[in-house]
Amino acid sequence: MWNYLRTAAVVLGGMTVLTGVVYPLAVTLLAQAVFPGPANGSLVVRDGKTAGSDLIGQPFSKPEYFWGRLSATSPVPYNAAASSGSNFGPRHPDLAKNAKDRTDALKAADPSIDAVPVDLVTTSGSGLDPQISPAAAEVQVRRVAAARKLTEEQVRELVRAHTDDRQFGVLGESRVNVLALNLALDAVTP
Amino acid sequence: MTANGVFQLALAVGLILAGVRPLGWYMARVYTRPVGRGERAVYRLLLVNPAAEMTWQKYAAAVLAFGFVSVLAVYGVQRLQAVLPLNPEGQAAVSPDSSFNTAVSFATNTNWQGYGGESTMSYLTQMLALTVQNFLSAAAGMAVLVALIRGFARRNADTIGNFWVDLVRSTVYVLLPLSVLLAVVLAGQGVPQTVSAYHEVPLVEPLTDADGQPVTTQKIAVGPVASQVAIKQLGTNGGGFFNVNSAHPLENPTPLSNLLQLVAILLIPAALCWTFGELAGDRRQGWAVLAAMVVIFLPLLAVTVWAEHQPNPALATLGVDQTAGNMEGKETRFGVPNSALWAVATTAASNGAVNSMHDSYTPPGGLVPLWLMQLGEVVFGGVGSGLYGMLVFALVAVFLAGLMVGRTPEYLGKKIGAFEIKMASLAVLLPCAMALIGTAVGVSVEGGKKGPLNAGPHGFSEILYAYSSCANNNGSAFAGLSANTPFYNGTLGLVMLVGRFGVMLPVIAIAGSLARKKHTPPGPGTLPTHTPLFVFLLVSVVVVVGALSFIPALALGPIVEHLMMRS
Repeated sequence: MWNYLRTAAVVLGGMTVLTGVVYPLAVTLLAQAVFPGPANGSLVVRDGKTAGSDLIGQPFSKPEYFWGRLSATSPVPYNAAASSGSNFGPRHPDLAKNAKDRTDALKAADPSIDAVPVDLVTTSGSGLDPQISPAAAEVQVRRVAAARKLTEEQVRELVRAHTDDRQFGVLGESRVNVLALNLALDAVTP
Repeated sequence: MTANGVFQLALAVGLILAGVRPLGWYMARVYTRPVGRGERAVYRLLLVNPAAEMTWQKYAAAVLAFGFVSVLAVYGVQRLQAVLPLNPEGQAAVSPDSSFNTAVSFATNTNWQGYGGESTMSYLTQMLALTVQNFLSAAAGMAVLVALIRGFARRNADTIGNFWVDLVRSTVYVLLPLSVLLAVVLAGQGVPQTVSAYHEVPLVEPLTDADGQPVTTQKIAVGPVASQVAIKQLGTNGGGFFNVNSAHPLENPTPLSNLLQLVAILLIPAALCWTFGELAGDRRQGWAVLAAMVVIFLPLLAVTVWAEHQPNPALATLGVDQTAGNMEGKETRFGVPNSALWAVATTAASNGAVNSMHDSYTPPGGLVPLWLMQLGEVVFGGVGSGLYGMLVFALVAVFLAGLMVGRTPEYLGKKIGAFEIKMASLAVLLPCAMALIGTAVGVSVEGGKKGPLNAGPHGFSEILYAYSSCANNNGSAFAGLSANTPFYNGTLGLVMLVGRFGVMLPVIAIAGSLARKKHTPPGPGTLPTHTPLFVFLLVSVVVVVGALSFIPALALGPIVEHLMMRS
């Protein structure tokens, strides 16, 4: 058995150098050379300062900002150093409670809202989802326009500019990047 | 479900099937080509004699020795990470019970995660311990499969190959090149690949935490992610860099990255079927086994896709527009079709990576992933391990057919005797037993009962899911379960060990026993094993064993939960 253990240790050592050192470092060099932006977290730079990541959502609750998905990270929502979903089963009481709180808040700010799209009242898988559906953005246009004293058409125009269609026209779902949209709104009406 | 949704599902399945033949052909070459000069030099460095053939006992000893050394190494790196380099976030040493669990988890190709990656592991641990095992545990599974195929192909032979050669070849010629390719493409889509520290960015709208303290910045975890994600999918490992795995926007940023990762999960397990047919000398045999996998996969996929489009009654009363389906725990960019497809694929394969939270699925939607694991991870399954598991079921199938007509069963020209069937029974029943006994213990003792987040039948499902996942080396979770406790770390660790080696060792024994037999040419009474009839028989055996073993347990979890939701 000693022979086997010795060979196992040597093979593990050799393969560790290859797959645990050479491989990740080679991929790092390659990725940093070819895709420096994406390989470093897709950071957004505005006015020479880092303003967030294009791929990581932020929490919003003021009426003048678009709101994103609910987030279950702790201790605060959208904690990008500790991702987490809610893990609520479909009958968990807090699932309905959180949905009701969000629905109430949306309707309090804009009583004309009829039906709220499901992605706006449910927790994302990561707690960091940067995007909402176009329907979830549309339902907030009136509120944001009123809070910023813009016309609904002006806000809608910005939403369209920050909407990604399905990738290559077929993959995934259409979606609106909430942080990018809110940064754009701040640029129009600080 | 829209036409686009159907198209996306068909595209993914089509891409996987399109890869079967070319990759299967390539892998058949990898395992049969003579040892070249450069390769020989590598073996000299590793103190391996590539010409030394192993009996099944020696092959098994090598597998066990390698598993043991791997567990020790992964355990050691975690315990020492605080004093080792490449730890910009200053992660502390991992606790002994969590280190044990994770070491076993990665060395057995389970990749169950009791910890949150970005808040626990240093970059060094992710690279040197976890990424390495992602390669090698997968390669070990492929090695054992190739040994089993040699058992069928060889005649009157005492040996079934050399484990070290099979391990190195699987790693260097198959997993490594594919991983480099995938990792670079993923990095281009936005998966970070860096050894710099986490970023700190300002919040546009600052908030206050529970203690009333202002929070003005957001810390964004990054790291050498792409290199690990590529092999986690290709090696059917599934252990994520981040806590939420491929639901994390930095681990799976775009629909394209999602499609590529999904294809990577099923590609090698599917292509190995072709390799099997080629090496066994009859390609139709490989297609038959692949057909059986697809026949089980597609209807179960339909169930989960349908179920996740159903509205939740609890939200219907609030005036929520639920046409998009059940979005709790799912990401906007994937939506329901791509999340449901992933959930079925990751549990059909023993991958376990998730792009949505399975715990928040509807009861039927969650039942499918749970049951796919309980089937023994043979519907594609893990790289290598899925196919050797399915071949064990094929032995059981020809045995049953033999009983019906009163003939000695044969498979691929080898007579199947009492020893093979005993070993096959062990390999089939041990994971079932570990899943059920583990669950029974989990719901009985205090340490287990504290775990579930959800009450009632869903809480039971969380425990059943955990032990089913570990016993079959999948690694996905109903993640509401608080599993990072000494009780769960310990028991789940043991279950993973039995689930891995309790199948591997009988399979290696079967390989040795078959290799020794002579070839029996098919006679008029031989059941052909490449026909639709045999595919039907094989599917029936897998489904009936899975149903008989687990329907009582499933009735207590998702089935009763479904009835409660509809009443």
